Amino acid sequence: MTASERVAEPDWPDQLFAVLKAADVRQVGYVPDAGHARLIELCAADPAIRHVVLTTEEEGVALAAGAWLGDQRAALLMQSSGVGNCINMLSLITSCRFPLVMIVTMRGEWAEFNPWQVAMGSIVEPVLRLADVHCYRVERAEEVADVAAAAIDLAFGGDIAVAIVLAQRLIGRKVWVK
Amino acid sequence: MLERRHAIAALLANRRDDLLIVSGLGSPTYDVASVKDDDRNFHLWGAMGGAAMVGLGIALARPNRRVAVITGDGETLMGLGALATVGVQKPANLAIVVFDNGLYGETGSQPSHTNGTVDLVQAATACGIGFTMDVNDDAGLARLAGLLATFTQTLFARVAITPTEPPRVLPSRDGVALKLRFRAAAGSARARRGDTAG
Repeated sequence: MTASERVAEPDWPDQLFAVLKAADVRQVGYVPDAGHARLIELCAADPAIRHVVLTTEEEGVALAAGAWLGDQRAALLMQSSGVGNCINMLSLITSCRFPLVMIVTMRGEWAEFNPWQVAMGSIVEPVLRLADVHCYRVERAEEVADVAAAAIDLAFGGDIAVAIVLAQRLIGRKVWVK
Repeated sequence: MLERRHAIAALLANRRDDLLIVSGLGSPTYDVASVKDDDRNFHLWGAMGGAAMVGLGIALARPNRRVAVITGDGETLMGLGALATVGVQKPANLAIVVFDNGLYGETGSQPSHTNGTVDLVQAATACGIGFTMDVNDDAGLARLAGLLATFTQTLFARVAITPTEPPRVLPSRDGVALKLRFRAAAGSARARRGDTAG
């Protein structure tokens, strides 16, 4: 990788990682996602963070509840399609008033090539709100760290479920033909 | 095959102080509650398919405590991917014990996938869980009870139980209360400091 290529990469995933570290997040559950690739890489490289690859996002909701029962803080990384997979498991969070931090990369809303992403992408926020998850949408790179830090404070300080929703425009166009 | 209340009583008769338990919804929650109303139990009343993952989260957070997930075949089948996730993590302090009667007892005893077809012990092995047991009799039960105090690698045990429906023993259904008492019993530093809402 050349220096100019490194400069071209967005910095917000690194800032998000710094926010997770500052909040003492020790378990990160994820279903692999291109938008989260850099953040997953940073978490995997950190010996103080246990990175847990999931087969489906709902596993991560239960993992986060367990982490809190064991006195650790967790965060879940997923794509918008994964939100739908979480819905019944979110009843665990609501029923026991667990803190929950979801970081959701959006698909199906801007420069989307694959129309199959639109159905779930377009209902992410209303569905999360119905499930008692507070949504904080971020459109601009310079707002990511601030919004994430504020949402995470709310989650762990008040036993509240939050989703930091990263707009597809922030993540950028996916290259479909390689 | 074993009667379920006999099995749970044998497994927990000499429960060590450090053993934390997550019980899966339905009969396993009533079974665990029937032994003792214990603050170290986190009883699920829902979240079907999530018991093993709740156990994994606790086990990773508290490497110096042993954690046993006690759940049923239907609950395990709904979250079968969790066995794969646990297999990748291989927590040395997590045991998953499945009471398998091959049916959905809460809903009218309809046959489950383990009823003549799916073998959960083989599934756990295929998912990378290195230590598995298939418990069918009192000797196996005694061995598993001993291991719950001493195991040092991820353990998966299927306990074959008879399709009986003993009287229900209902623990609290208040999720917040169950969470708070578990965190206090597990020695949560944050719970002791009182620096969160709970």
